[in-house]
Amino acid sequence: MKLQGKVHKYGANIDTDAIIPTRYLNISEPAELAKHCMEGIDPDFVGRMEKGDFIVAGTNFGYGSSREHAPIAIKEAGISCVIASSFARIFFRNAINIGLPLLECAPAEEESEAGDILEVELKSGKIRNITRDKLFQAEPYPDFMMELISAGGLIEHTKKKIEARRRQGEI
Amino acid sequence: MGKTLSEKILSQKSGSDARAGDIVVAQVDLAFVQDGTGPLALRQLAESGIEGVADPKQVAFFLDHASPSPNRELSQDHALLRHFALKNGVQLWDIGEGVCHQLVVESYASPGEVIVGADSHTVTAGALAAFATGMGSTDVAIAIALGRTWLRVPESFRVVLRGKFKKGVYAKDLILHLIGKLGADGATYKALEFCGRGVTGMGMSERFTIANMAVEAGAKVGLFPADETTRAYLESRGRGERFRLLRPDPDANYEETIEVDLEGLEPTVSMPHAVDNIVLAKELKGEKVEQVFIGTCTNGRLEDLAVAARILKGKRRHPSVRLLVAPASRGVLMEAMAAGYVKDLLEAGAAILPPGCGPCVGIHQGVLGDGERCLSTANRNFRGRMGNPEGFIYLGSPATAAATAIAGEIIDPREMM
Repeated sequence: MKLQGKVHKYGANIDTDAIIPTRYLNISEPAELAKHCMEGIDPDFVGRMEKGDFIVAGTNFGYGSSREHAPIAIKEAGISCVIASSFARIFFRNAINIGLPLLECAPAEEESEAGDILEVELKSGKIRNITRDKLFQAEPYPDFMMELISAGGLIEHTKKKIEARRRQGEI
Repeated sequence: MGKTLSEKILSQKSGSDARAGDIVVAQVDLAFVQDGTGPLALRQLAESGIEGVADPKQVAFFLDHASPSPNRELSQDHALLRHFALKNGVQLWDIGEGVCHQLVVESYASPGEVIVGADSHTVTAGALAAFATGMGSTDVAIAIALGRTWLRVPESFRVVLRGKFKKGVYAKDLILHLIGKLGADGATYKALEFCGRGVTGMGMSERFTIANMAVEAGAKVGLFPADETTRAYLESRGRGERFRLLRPDPDANYEETIEVDLEGLEPTVSMPHAVDNIVLAKELKGEKVEQVFIGTCTNGRLEDLAVAARILKGKRRHPSVRLLVAPASRGVLMEAMAAGYVKDLLEAGAAILPPGCGPCVGIHQGVLGDGERCLSTANRNFRGRMGNPEGFIYLGSPATAAATAIAGEIIDPREMM
């Protein structure tokens, strides 16, 4: 599966309060959360972005609070993948759990600018900057993580597993 | 090869020989959510089709972030959590009881346990030698449903503390100093394991402050050994029988060793808008503030209120500074009243807020105005954290906060002691 879109670029240490401010934590409807994506640091983001675009950021993306609302807001806004030099631990796990793809790749971050067009292949971890004609390689996902992401996250994955076991008469 | 504290606890809870880098499935002794992350966890539970909870005694809900609720939407979230708790026999700590992390250490956590909470400061309970870590709503929902979770066993950094704090210097100054040294992602995915003479001489309240902020350097857990201080604390909380000695093996493998001489530390402040942006308090002399906030899971305990009350007793807050105090739990508030600290604080011009997260998360109570500066004893100073992206948050110890409230500007607390 190839993803294509343009780059929205941010620096290092983008915290979850920047991605979705605390005052929106009472919202659990993903489409509503999406309306406030990146509002803490970039209030025009939602109006400017298009479905399929990428967020490209520096080190420690998503640090701070454990709010899963942050990756949900990004995913529902239509961002196809976040590419960063590194991710904070809780955010990384949350993103995989809700089915938001992440790629860790410092060179891609260093050599891509806002507005560049990228083409990304998740399974192989290949990131192509079409604007600058450059190819980057991120660490590809282990198979089980790719399965989680393709299923749309941990809950969907668990449901499928339960359903499969049910069909086979195990439960 | 011996084991780190993390490896010991996760070996026992997974029934395997767990080593750093291994992925284990561990039994969970307590899984909890708060009112910000809980509704999403319940939604994920309903969505997954898994009915009920593994063991209601090992699940807790806390209504602390919006306490009491300031609006209709949050009231609805609270109602949802209360309803689920009642139906499933889960213990719910309602508004006014206190911050989840304080209640977890007061009433649940014990050495060797695995605790997962849908809140990043779950690491606080590491001070009691529990492997306590924050996760998202979905992970905690699955832990609530199944009573177990998967974890990658972290590599550990050994933090050796030597000596004693000088007068006017506290655990908060140490952890701010350490985060400044490590950087906001310096310990990402790692365990911080504290040891040395400096730990032996430290009370539980100080250990909680330090463990609480381990996550601000990216750490998965901040662990202290279980020693006589831990035993005394658990006994005072009525669960002495759950104490056991727990310390890392002398030949455990550490990725890094960091040494800190407590005597060399001075009152330290973190500047907007990043926790690792630290300076010494004296370097900020003259920096005016409009608000001072004393409280939170980092520094809202009895010992913290005692330090603040001692400095503020018989004095007044600066006329242009608002002084807000939120005790970390109802128990803390009651003890602070009995000790006379609440009276001292009120006489100094403080507004006492109900136990809970208070202004720390910017949902209610003490939201900053545009351009306003606040010296807070909390753990985060991100832009917008206190409800307004145009506000500026400085982090410091309760002593620095109290002295700043009197001076109207950031000041080294030793000038007031």
